[in-house]
Amino acid sequence: MSGTATTGTATTRRATPLSYAVIVALAILSLGPILVMIATSLKTKPDIFSGSFSLIFMPTLENYRAVLGDSQNARYLTNSLIVATVSTGLTLVFGCMAAYAIVRFRFLGRDVVSGGTLLMRMVPPAVLTVPVFMIWTYELGLSNSLPGVILVYTAINLPFVIWILQSFIAQVPPALEEAARIDGANDFQVFFLVVLPMIKPGLAAAAIFTFRIAWNEFILALVLTNRFTRTMPVKVSLFINEHNIEWGQIMAIGTLIAVPPLVFTFLASRQIITGMTAGAVKG
Amino acid sequence: MPSRQGLNRATPYLFLAPAAAVALVGLVYPMLRSVWLSFHEWSIGTPPESARFVGLENYRWLLADDSFWISVGVTITFATAVVVLEVVLGVALALVLDRDLRGTSLFRTIFILPMMIAPIVVGLIWRFLYNEQFGPLSQALKALGLPGIPWLSSPDMALVSVIIADVWQWTPFIFILALAALQGLPASAIEAARIDGATRWQTTLYIKLPLIAPVIAVAALLRLIDAFKVLEVIYILTEGGPGLSTEILSLHIYKTAFVSQQLGRASALSNLLLLIVLVLTVLLVLARSLREGRAGKE
Repeated sequence: MSGTATTGTATTRRATPLSYAVIVALAILSLGPILVMIATSLKTKPDIFSGSFSLIFMPTLENYRAVLGDSQNARYLTNSLIVATVSTGLTLVFGCMAAYAIVRFRFLGRDVVSGGTLLMRMVPPAVLTVPVFMIWTYELGLSNSLPGVILVYTAINLPFVIWILQSFIAQVPPALEEAARIDGANDFQVFFLVVLPMIKPGLAAAAIFTFRIAWNEFILALVLTNRFTRTMPVKVSLFINEHNIEWGQIMAIGTLIAVPPLVFTFLASRQIITGMTAGAVKG
Repeated sequence: MPSRQGLNRATPYLFLAPAAAVALVGLVYPMLRSVWLSFHEWSIGTPPESARFVGLENYRWLLADDSFWISVGVTITFATAVVVLEVVLGVALALVLDRDLRGTSLFRTIFILPMMIAPIVVGLIWRFLYNEQFGPLSQALKALGLPGIPWLSSPDMALVSVIIADVWQWTPFIFILALAALQGLPASAIEAARIDGATRWQTTLYIKLPLIAPVIAVAALLRLIDAFKVLEVIYILTEGGPGLSTEILSLHIYKTAFVSQQLGRASALSNLLLLIVLVLTVLLVLARSLREGRAGKE
């Protein structure tokens, strides 16, 4: 009896040619538009505007040469890198400390902090544009500066990082921490030497999500930067609203912006999926 | 848990301090400022102290403004359409593909690529795809002898085009979560149904779907909250046009503030959007606790 049941389950779970056809079609749908961008970035102007779109052409790096040869673009790319890297670092350090406090300590105001974190995570960035612009410009003198952008990116990413790291910290066996305490470690040593090394996968997932949001962010950067402190997404938005759209160069910039997140995805897709699932299921 | 007093009592606050400081300056204070500003009239280029108190005037003006209600309509249509389409497609695909496929991890990696790309870049990609002269979609239609579609130039079609771009980017999110939930189901429940003579459809409809429904509800709410954050893709594709046909609320805030330079009104608008998101977040918390309650009973 159990034999037939097992066979039944095995049959229904077996992959059919149809399921492979569906999944391959989906992969093409997901990848297609991205490949169109990369292909267009490698095309000459006549190739782009010729009557038919084709994936067969003589590739050229001309568009990249034009984009990277422009010293402005080099500067904006550097700005993007600085802003994304520094804010990711700050968010991770501050975020994991806060998450540890929330998970491991009972203290006055803990529920407020924990609930506030969830609420803050949901705030649409557009809602922050006006007040942050006002405060940065007239009260803190941070507008048009990279530290100003870094500060607001750290703020918007913190709730997410705290939230995602909580589930990883909760999985660290408290006995390990107790053992370190008995050996004479203080709370900070316990955290940095015992807990942090145990949550490396969580930190990796959090780092990827944070970097991606900071690297991709647009609307706050648009409002808070000038022509010296602009980031790449802002640059490309200005570029596309010019009259003669240079599609080859635009797609080259688009590809440059897309490369870091794409590389991360291939390197750490498992952590990303863990992070996504944890994000939707816990908290 | 902390065994020693003294230092320990202060420890959680020390651990929280840096994050709290950043969140206070970068999130809490700006939101309070936004509430303050919504009761004032302030123009860019003058210090905030010179702002004039106008009471509820900004809110009154908003509620009487046609473009506000159009934007609310666009936002509701957009958010509903993307969440329904993404949930239906994502769950359907997960049910079809819940099998022992080879290469699953490679496929999953491919499916998350669109989500990882900058929204601004997604906007660029689709603006190129939708180009009516040389875009691949128009050319494909032409090759098939079909009439062209005014993807971004007709008001009705523009909203559909914007929705398609979002569905392309985010359906995989629901798909991956639904698939993970399906693969985590206890095999015993499904086997028991089979032994009782349930057909494939019955198992799906009465066993699998109800079991993964709580996860899907949470995922759908997360998508809904995210739909209210969407701005970049639409900014690049249509800038809210033609007319106001794709002017979602977050884009409307930006334009009211930095194009029309009505910052008080933009703040009032921001607070209303925040209120909507707040309500949705409370729903999310309820959905989660419901799910945990059920899990607890099992």
